[in-house]
Amino acid sequence: MARAVSTRRKIALTAAAWAVGLAIFFPVFWTILTSFKTEVSAVATPPEFLGADWTLQNYADVWARSDYPRFFWNSVVISVGSTLLGLAVAIPAAWSMAFVPGKRTKDLLMWMLSTKMMPAAGVLIPMYLLFQWTGLFDTHIGLILALMLMNLPIIVWMLYTYFKEIPSEILEAARMDGASLRNEIIHVLTPMAVPGIASTLLLNVILAWNESFWTITLTTVNAAPLSTFIASFSAPQGLFYAKLSAASTMAIAPILILGWFSQKQLVRGLTFGAVK
Amino acid sequence: MGQITLKQVRKSFGDVHVIPGVDLDINDGEFVVFVGPSGCGKSTLLRLIAGLEDTSSGTIAIDGKDATALPPAKRGLAMVFQSYALYPHMSVRKNIAFPLKMAGMDQAAIDKKVDAAAKVLNLTSYLDRRPGQLSGGQRQRVAIGRAIVREPAAFLFDEPLSNLDAALRGNMRLEITELHQTLKTTMIYVTHDQVEAMTMADKIVVLQAGRIEQVGSPLDLYNHPANVFVAGFIGSPHMNLIEGADAAAMGAKTIGVRPEHLDISLQSGKWTSKVNVAERLGSDTFLHVTTEGIGQMTVRAGGDINVAHGDTICLTPQEGRIHRFGADGKAMA
Repeated sequence: MARAVSTRRKIALTAAAWAVGLAIFFPVFWTILTSFKTEVSAVATPPEFLGADWTLQNYADVWARSDYPRFFWNSVVISVGSTLLGLAVAIPAAWSMAFVPGKRTKDLLMWMLSTKMMPAAGVLIPMYLLFQWTGLFDTHIGLILALMLMNLPIIVWMLYTYFKEIPSEILEAARMDGASLRNEIIHVLTPMAVPGIASTLLLNVILAWNESFWTITLTTVNAAPLSTFIASFSAPQGLFYAKLSAASTMAIAPILILGWFSQKQLVRGLTFGAVK
Repeated sequence: MGQITLKQVRKSFGDVHVIPGVDLDINDGEFVVFVGPSGCGKSTLLRLIAGLEDTSSGTIAIDGKDATALPPAKRGLAMVFQSYALYPHMSVRKNIAFPLKMAGMDQAAIDKKVDAAAKVLNLTSYLDRRPGQLSGGQRQRVAIGRAIVREPAAFLFDEPLSNLDAALRGNMRLEITELHQTLKTTMIYVTHDQVEAMTMADKIVVLQAGRIEQVGSPLDLYNHPANVFVAGFIGSPHMNLIEGADAAAMGAKTIGVRPEHLDISLQSGKWTSKVNVAERLGSDTFLHVTTEGIGQMTVRAGGDINVAHGDTICLTPQEGRIHRFGADGKAMA
């Protein structure tokens, strides 16, 4: 009897999970679908599905009208650069918080997280002016710095929770075995933390890749990533939904593929701290 | 060499004084067991000797040299942890070799030492496995192997057997004792299990609330407990501690009689008791009884004694086997 109930429950949960999953994925699916329609088909009411005119013209137009490879390269530089810089800053920080905690470590962590609750628009003007004055506006290094600082609290938190899971007795054993701090880090802690560092890296590359508020605000041409590329297709001449969809698809495709191949790491990354 | 001397060693965490001040001499080659109830500070004391915790004051000398401020890596001690603390990403071979690698020994010498240690500990066929693929007992052996290859001045054991099942624990207890007889190296062993303390130690240090209650050989502590705490802690089953008229009659606040020092008769005796439970172990029977005027007591009887729940028996403490304690809890001469 209990078995039957639990099976029914399982089916219900699976169905609910699929429903939520499909609901979340539907806009992405519709964007991709629209990108293959003609502009007329794209705005037709009722929405056309099977009877639409299918075309690859949008992709050809988008490719011809803008320099996709340059935007793509800028996205790679900014997202990977900001993540690596963030890790370099966050690993020692998370290290000391996890293994040599002080009285205010918890407060410090909460404070770091609280900076994420501030509305970005609140500091838009100061940031914009600061970037103009320091010459960081529309440069790779400027964007790398901005996105690194934005994601730093998340990187520190994730690494902190991963490091916390490593039993301190193993590090103490290394110390007893005569390992210097350097050897303890290289031979014991880092190899044990690799899965955690990898999922932190992946998640933050994705967060930085998808960021649009600051990247659109703080770039014009030279350092503009794919978010600016998409925005450039919602032009004053009017909205071209099919082309906008094609541009969006081209912008999200690389990260979608990366995400698909690293699902396992990502799930662990997204549920950080959830499992004790 | 492995002589360790503690002088007025104190440890406080904030306002909590875990170790209020300990003096202790550990001689070279001795097997010393720190024993006490949980929270008595025995593990902290071991970690202070290891250097994993800083002393609040006092000095720790190893072989006559002040080691109080030395980091653990420089103290020349090896430690076996309760959780084994093996490196999960390394093979058994690499785990055992790790301290030698850290010492900068060349690979040929490392291999020789690891193979020798593996042979002693019956680990030869497991050298290429990861710790995750080993049983608890095997993991404990790897942890011991990692400790013995570096030929330390002393071994520190922090409750090494408490994660093992009872049968394995008995075997490992024997193996560690044999290891000590072979190596003749100083060993400091922390446990809350007084059976481990009695069976393994040359010298037992009984701790309570960070204070040393008594230091002595197992039989010393058994025969001459210095106070009520040690009397109740050492020995299994526990000593019967009796207060009231019977104690006052002997000029003491408390008197103690071990369960094995009570003579049983069905006709007559000093005390009359009713049997509640007879625990039969085969070789012995432990009788849990209620004695008139005293209360709960434990008696050790022969394996084939014919009593059961509800029976009445008479008990007489053996001459010269009664321990007397004063109002301050200390043993009276």
